Amino acid sequence: MSNAVSTLQGKVAAGEVTVREGGLRGMITLRGDLASSKLKSVCKSLTGFAIPDMGKAASKGDKGIAWMSPDELLVLVPQGETASALEKIAKAMKGQHYLAENVSDARTHIIVEGSFAREVIAKLAPVDLHPTALRPGDFRRSRLGQVAAAFWMTDADTFRVICFRSVGDYAFKLLSVSAAKGGEVGYF
Amino acid sequence: MLTLHCPNCGVDADETDLHAEGEAHLKRYGPGSSDDEFHDYLFQRQNPKGVHFERWKHVFGCGKYFHAARCTATLEVFGTYSAQTLEPTQAIKDAISAKRPGWSWGDIS
Repeated sequence: MSNAVSTLQGKVAAGEVTVREGGLRGMITLRGDLASSKLKSVCKSLTGFAIPDMGKAASKGDKGIAWMSPDELLVLVPQGETASALEKIAKAMKGQHYLAENVSDARTHIIVEGSFAREVIAKLAPVDLHPTALRPGDFRRSRLGQVAAAFWMTDADTFRVICFRSVGDYAFKLLSVSAAKGGEVGYF
Repeated sequence: MLTLHCPNCGVDADETDLHAEGEAHLKRYGPGSSDDEFHDYLFQRQNPKGVHFERWKHVFGCGKYFHAARCTATLEVFGTYSAQTLEPTQAIKDAISAKRPGWSWGDIS
C-alpha cells in the first residue's frame, strides 16, 4: 500500500480567520436510489447519521454524510476505513443498482475557521451566505473563484471546504487571500 | 445576471453556477426520418423576442438538468421545472399567461 500524502501536507494560514488543510479524509461517492432501505441502513451503520435531507450534511469528527444530488451522497469515513467501508457497502447493496467509489485521493479538504469565516467564503462563491440563508448543517455545492467546490458549516464560525485535489493549491491560496488581515467586510 | 431556481436541489443558483444547454422540448429525428426533418432537428432553432423555454444544467451544483421559462427581452424568469417532461407544466403556462397574455412558442401556448 502506498503512503498517502495530502495535497498541501497540513499547510496552515493563521490569522483572525485560519485556513488550514484538513488532512486525509476517507471519502466515498455513493450513488443510487436514496429511498432504498438498504442504502439508508448502510449509511447509518457507516457514519452514524441518517441520509440527510436535500441540501444538508451531517458530520462529527471524521465521520459524516452529505447530500450531493438527488441520487448521490458523499460518505465521510476515517482515512484508514475507506476500503472496509466499500466492502460493507458492496455487501449491503448486493443485487441493487448502485455505485460506490473511493474518491479520497481525488479531493482536498480545507477548514476555514474564525470570526469572519462566513465572509471569506462569501467573497468567493456566488452563494447567499447570510446567516439566515446558510446555517450549520447546510451543504452547498458551488464554486470558489474559478473551481468547483462544496462547503458546509460545522458551527457558526467553521466551514469545511472540499474541492478536487488538482486545484487544492489554488483553493487554499484563494481562501487565505480572502482571509488575510484586513479582509473583514463587516456585512453580515 | 440570471438567478434560476434548480428544481433538483432546491438551490437558487447564480448564472455562473449553471450551463446553458440550448432550446427545450426538441423532438428528435433520427434514422428513418426525412432529410428535411433531420435538418430542422439539427439546425432550426427558435429565436424569440419574448417567452422562451430553455434547458439548463446545474453544472457546479448537483449536475442535473432542468428546464426554465423566461423572457429573452426582459430576462424575467417565469419559472423552472423538471427536465423529465415533454412540455411545460400547467403552472408554468399559467404564470406566463398572467404576465404575457396570448403568448405562444412553437406548438405550445
